[in-house]
Amino acid sequence: MPAELIFEALIAGVLLGCFYAAVSVGLSVAFGLLDIPHIAHPALLVLGAYCVWWLGGFGVDPLVAGVLLVPVFFALGLAIYRFYHYVFEADGGEGGLRGLAFFFGVAFVVEVALILTFGVDQRMAQADYIGTGISFGDMRMPVRMLIAFAVALILTLALTQFLSRTFTGRAIRAVAQDSTALALMGADPVRIKQWAFGIATASSALAGALLLIVGPIEPGLGRLYIGRAFCVVVLAGLGSIHGTLAAGIILGVAESLVLTSVGISWAPAVGFGLLLLVLTVRPSGLFGR
Amino acid sequence: MRNHIAFYTGGLALLCAAVVATYVIDNEYVFFAGYVVLQFVVLATGWNVMGGYAGYINFGSAAFFAVGAYTAAALFKATELPLGLQILAAAVIAGALGFVVGVLTLRLRGIFFAIATVAIAVILETVVLNWSYVGGARGMTVLPSDTPYGFSSYMRWLFVVMALLAVVAVAVARYVETSWIGRGLRALRDDETAAESLGVPTLRLKTLAATISGALMGMAGAPYAMYLSFIEPTSVFNLNYSVLALAMPVIGGTATWAGPVIGALLLGTSEQILTVTISSELNVLMVGLVLIVFVVAAPQGIVGLTRGLWQRSIQRRRAQQ
Repeated sequence: MPAELIFEALIAGVLLGCFYAAVSVGLSVAFGLLDIPHIAHPALLVLGAYCVWWLGGFGVDPLVAGVLLVPVFFALGLAIYRFYHYVFEADGGEGGLRGLAFFFGVAFVVEVALILTFGVDQRMAQADYIGTGISFGDMRMPVRMLIAFAVALILTLALTQFLSRTFTGRAIRAVAQDSTALALMGADPVRIKQWAFGIATASSALAGALLLIVGPIEPGLGRLYIGRAFCVVVLAGLGSIHGTLAAGIILGVAESLVLTSVGISWAPAVGFGLLLLVLTVRPSGLFGR
Repeated sequence: MRNHIAFYTGGLALLCAAVVATYVIDNEYVFFAGYVVLQFVVLATGWNVMGGYAGYINFGSAAFFAVGAYTAAALFKATELPLGLQILAAAVIAGALGFVVGVLTLRLRGIFFAIATVAIAVILETVVLNWSYVGGARGMTVLPSDTPYGFSSYMRWLFVVMALLAVVAVAVARYVETSWIGRGLRALRDDETAAESLGVPTLRLKTLAATISGALMGMAGAPYAMYLSFIEPTSVFNLNYSVLALAMPVIGGTATWAGPVIGALLLGTSEQILTVTISSELNVLMVGLVLIVFVVAAPQGIVGLTRGLWQRSIQRRRAQQ
C-alpha cells in the first residue's frame, strides 16, 4: 500500500475516531461511572439522529437541531433513570441481569418504533456544507467530517472538564466510587445519578446530530454502534472519560485502515473484533481504574 | 419416576399427534406456521439452558441459529447430505461455537458476556456476507430433496421433524434442570464465587451448559434453508431471533423447562396471527413491549405468576378451614 494512502487513512481515522469518542462519551458516564447496563445507548443515539433529521424537514440546521434537542433528551434521560431506579435499584439491589434485559427491550422497541415511523430507507442530512470539501495540498477532506471532528472534540473535552471541575461533576465521580460515603457527605446519590444519566442521554442528542452529518442513517444502525461505543468505553477503561478520546481514535484509525486495505464489507466487524480482543486480553482497558 | 414416565409419554403422544395431523389436516398453511412455532420452542429452550439456569444472558442467539442454518445448507450444497445428518452436523458446529462462548465466561460476566455474544453475532454475519461459496450477501437457493415416503408434501415432513426436535430439546433441557448439572448451574447463578468455593466445578458446568445451549439453538436453525428453499445472511442473522430467543423464556419463566415452551407457544402463535392480520413490524413492537412489561413487573414469568396464584389460593383455603 502506498505511503500517502496510509497517511490519508490515518488522518481520516483520527477524524472518525473523535466522532466515535463523542458517540461513546455518554455511555462512558452511564455504564463506566454508574454501572448501569445501558445497552440502549446506541439506540437513543439513532433516535437523536432521527429527531435531528425530522427537525431538518422544517429547515433547521443539523447542529442547531442537535443543540435544541439537548434539553429534551436530558429530560428523557431523567425519566429513564427514574424508572430504572424505581424498578431495579430501589430495593437496594443492582439492576443486574434484569436491568440488562430491560435495556435490551428498550433498544429493540426504539428501533422498531423508528422503522414504523420513518421506514427502513436511509435518511440524509440537508445542509450546505454536506457535499463540500477542503483541499490540503493533494488531500481533500470532506467538510462534514471536519465539522463532526470539531464538535466531537468540543463535546468530549467539555464533558471531561465538567466532570473534573464542577461540584455536580465531582459528585458524579464520587457516586461511582462510593455512593454510601457520598450520602454521608450530604449529597443524594440517586439525584446525582439521575443528573449523570440525564447528561449522558443529552450528549446522545448532539452525537446523534453528528451521526446524521457524518453519513446516512437507518433504524438498524444502533446495533453497529453497540460494538463501537462499548469498544471505546471498554478500551478506554471503565469510567475513564479522558481515555475515551484516545480509545475512539484507536478504533477510528483501525477501522479506517481496514477500510482502505481490505474493503468496506469487513468494516462492521472491526469494532466488535477489537472489543472481543480487549475483553479477553485486557478487560481493564488502557486507563482503567 | 412417575414424573419421568408422564413426561416421556406426553412427548411421544405429542409426536404421534403431529404425525396424525399431517394426514388429517388439509390446509398446508397450518404446517407452514406450525413449523415456525415449534422452531421457536427449540430456540427458546436452548437459550434458557444458558440464560435461565446459569444466568448468562445471550444476546447473539441469531448467530447460533444462523450457524446451524448455514452449516446444514453448505453441507447440503457440497454433498447432498440427508436432513438428519445435516441437523446433527449443525448441532455439532453450533455446539462448538457454544463451547467457545462458554470458555469466554471464564473472564466475562454479566453485561460483558452479553456484549461479547453480540460481537460474535456481528463478526460471524460479516464472515458469511463475505463467504462466496454460500452466496455471500445475495444468499443461495436450496432445492430440497425428495419427500420421504408416507408424507404428502415436504412441508409436512419438515413439520414432523421440527416436532421431534422440539421434544428432544425439551427433554434435554429437562434432564439438565433435574440432574446435578442443573443444581450446580443454579448454585453458580445465585453466587458464582460461593459456589466455586464450595467445590462446584463452575467452569466445567458453564462450558457444558453453553455447549448444550448452542447445539440446541443450532438445531433450531438447521432445517431453515430447506424450509424456505433459500438462505440469505440478513434474514438468518436477524435481530428478531436474538430478541425472541430471550423474550420467550423471560415471558414464560426462566426457572423451569415449561417456561420457554409456554413463552414460545404464546409469542410464536401470536406472531403468526398478528403478522397475517396486521403487520410484522407491529408484532415485533408488541414483543418488545411485552418483554419490558414482564422484566419490570413479573420477572418470574407466567410460570411464576400462576404458581404464585396457586399458592395463594391454597393458603386462603387453609385459612378458611
